[in-house]
Amino acid sequence: MKLILPVLALALLAAAPFALSDYGLGLLIGAVTYTTLASSWALFSGHTGYISLATVAFYGTGAYTVAVLNEALPYPLVLLAAALVGATMALVVGLSTLRLAGVYFVIFTFGLAELVRQLITWYEVNVTGTLGRYIFLDVTARGIYWQMLALGAVTIGLTALIHRSRLGLALRVIGDDEVVAAHSGIPLARTKLVAFVLSATILTLAGAIASPRWVYVEPAIVFNPTVSFLTVIMALLGGANRLWGPALGAVPLFLAFEWLSVKLPDTYPIFLGFLFIGVVFALPDGVLAGIERLRQRREGAG
Amino acid sequence: MTDISRRVTLRAIAICSTAAAALLAGPSGAQDDKVTIGYAVARTGPNATGAGITTIPNYELWVKTVNEAGGLAMPDGSRKMIEVVEYDNRSSNEDLVRAIERLASQDEVDLILPPWGTGSNLAVAPLFARFGYPQLAVTAVTDKAPEFVKRWDRSFWLLGGGHDYAKGLVDVLAAARDAGTINDKIAAVSVADGFGIDLINGARPAFEEAGFELVYDESYPLGTSDFAAILSEAQASGADSFVAFSYPPGSFGMTKTAQSMGYNPKVFYISVGGAFPIYPGIADGKAEGVMAIGGVDADSLAVQDYFARHTEIVGNPPDSWASAITYASLQILEQAVARVGLDHEALAAEISTGSFDTVVGEVKLEDNQLRDLWWVGQWQGGSFRAINPADRAGASEPMIPKPDW
Repeated sequence: MKLILPVLALALLAAAPFALSDYGLGLLIGAVTYTTLASSWALFSGHTGYISLATVAFYGTGAYTVAVLNEALPYPLVLLAAALVGATMALVVGLSTLRLAGVYFVIFTFGLAELVRQLITWYEVNVTGTLGRYIFLDVTARGIYWQMLALGAVTIGLTALIHRSRLGLALRVIGDDEVVAAHSGIPLARTKLVAFVLSATILTLAGAIASPRWVYVEPAIVFNPTVSFLTVIMALLGGANRLWGPALGAVPLFLAFEWLSVKLPDTYPIFLGFLFIGVVFALPDGVLAGIERLRQRREGAG
Repeated sequence: MTDISRRVTLRAIAICSTAAAALLAGPSGAQDDKVTIGYAVARTGPNATGAGITTIPNYELWVKTVNEAGGLAMPDGSRKMIEVVEYDNRSSNEDLVRAIERLASQDEVDLILPPWGTGSNLAVAPLFARFGYPQLAVTAVTDKAPEFVKRWDRSFWLLGGGHDYAKGLVDVLAAARDAGTINDKIAAVSVADGFGIDLINGARPAFEEAGFELVYDESYPLGTSDFAAILSEAQASGADSFVAFSYPPGSFGMTKTAQSMGYNPKVFYISVGGAFPIYPGIADGKAEGVMAIGGVDADSLAVQDYFARHTEIVGNPPDSWASAITYASLQILEQAVARVGLDHEALAAEISTGSFDTVVGEVKLEDNQLRDLWWVGQWQGGSFRAINPADRAGASEPMIPKPDW
């Protein structure tokens, strides 16, 4: 019974491109992409409370992998390679940094995106002597949409599974109190690492899937820090520790920003800033938790 | 708890679908007496500076000029007022792609003008091709234009490639060296970005072929703000010519640093930003003799008239490189519409084969590219004058050595 609604929605979404204009499809791609990003971000950060600003480091790496390999390998292998690159990178990064906590972790992840960008730039300038690569793949907008939808569905399914598993429980305990978690015999490093690598692999794949839409790729384009901030704000707005929270934050915000780009083109960054502050102050646990609290209070009164 | 979540979910879905439906509302009724022209430019984000100097003012100036004249002329002699649909692409290719899809499939505009920047123009090229719109890409410096024209036959590339600009500069320097004004040593720096790399890659073999020695050759990361080390090494290298393939922040920073440390090479060349109207102010009024990318025929009446109108309507003069070309691209479009109307196929064919009277003179594209361009310019007597190609009508004589700061 609980599965019927999501499966029905997925089928409906998968059939949607046949009924929509190109722009409608573009909107769907954007909404599904951000849902995927926010959900996979929440997969690691939602329960542990480790706020990661490294989203674009992985997302951009995925896009760059496609740009480098798209002429050398068939497309499915390119995606596989992107996933492997993302997982390896997350493993190395995770092993060396998941012992950091709180604000140190936030700062490190923010720096990571810049580090990857500068490393790629340095490599391209000094070794290959070209900067800027082309992606000429025959992937249509519909193809991108279906791949992204599948990835988003897998992410949410995986999150649901993890929520019910020992891993999910361990992550929640770590998020509540790391010292308690350690004393209860939870392997801290391994638990965090598994979730971090899973989340990063999905982020990398999302970048790889989205990239054929850009045609031309250079580090300054793919490592755009706004993506990291938007992902965090979307997941937090909906509620990062709930299954559907990130999706409920991502879709309305994405549509709101799209509307703003038409109505108030010059002021979009100001709104983004206000929203950030608003979410952190007013809805620290997300809209879903806020509504529940409101309801409980009303019931308690009545 | 599940119960609440589900209700909230359903309500949220309802809200989102309403919002999406509002966004998806069709064009507000096609009107026959109007031409709708759409563009998605960077109003915010890193590309906003470039778009705000070169692209947006010219789009607005052109629309205003055409509408004041009664509208866009059609082949049957009637005129249609231009109605603009504009979106902010936030300097993000994902948003840009979606905005173009929106202009083409949702607003169903008659014509689409291109965004600012090489990467942006490449990102939208497949869409222009799929929807059949002609794409007059101005602010895209690329050596691969011939390949792109084969791939997207309705794309037009109007600003040349990195190799062209590098070769033009080498020509200027070679002539000065042959005249004995400068030595055969060059100090070059380049910004580690697509543009800087393209130019230095074009310049290295060209310098070598012309018999120059590249005694200093370094790249610096985008965002560098301290150029003292770079410039003192260049100064110590013994080269008479200093060449920077730079973006505006770098061009301005190097100018200021060279002035404060008293570095006076006989040739001081910077790239993007050197032709900006604000450059003499940045150089503290001592821009005389500085060379940079681009240039205009400052004696041409059409150019002078264009500068005057731009200053009057936009509020500041245009830059002396891509601005005039941007305006010329709009005139090409305007004249092509007057000859064949708004049918995209006929329009693309006319742009490709016709010749047009523009602010930069009579223009005829070769293989969908504008090749009749100025590669190097120099500040002389308060205006930025084109000096290369030297054999093209309107070229000024280079002033070498540059007077000391």
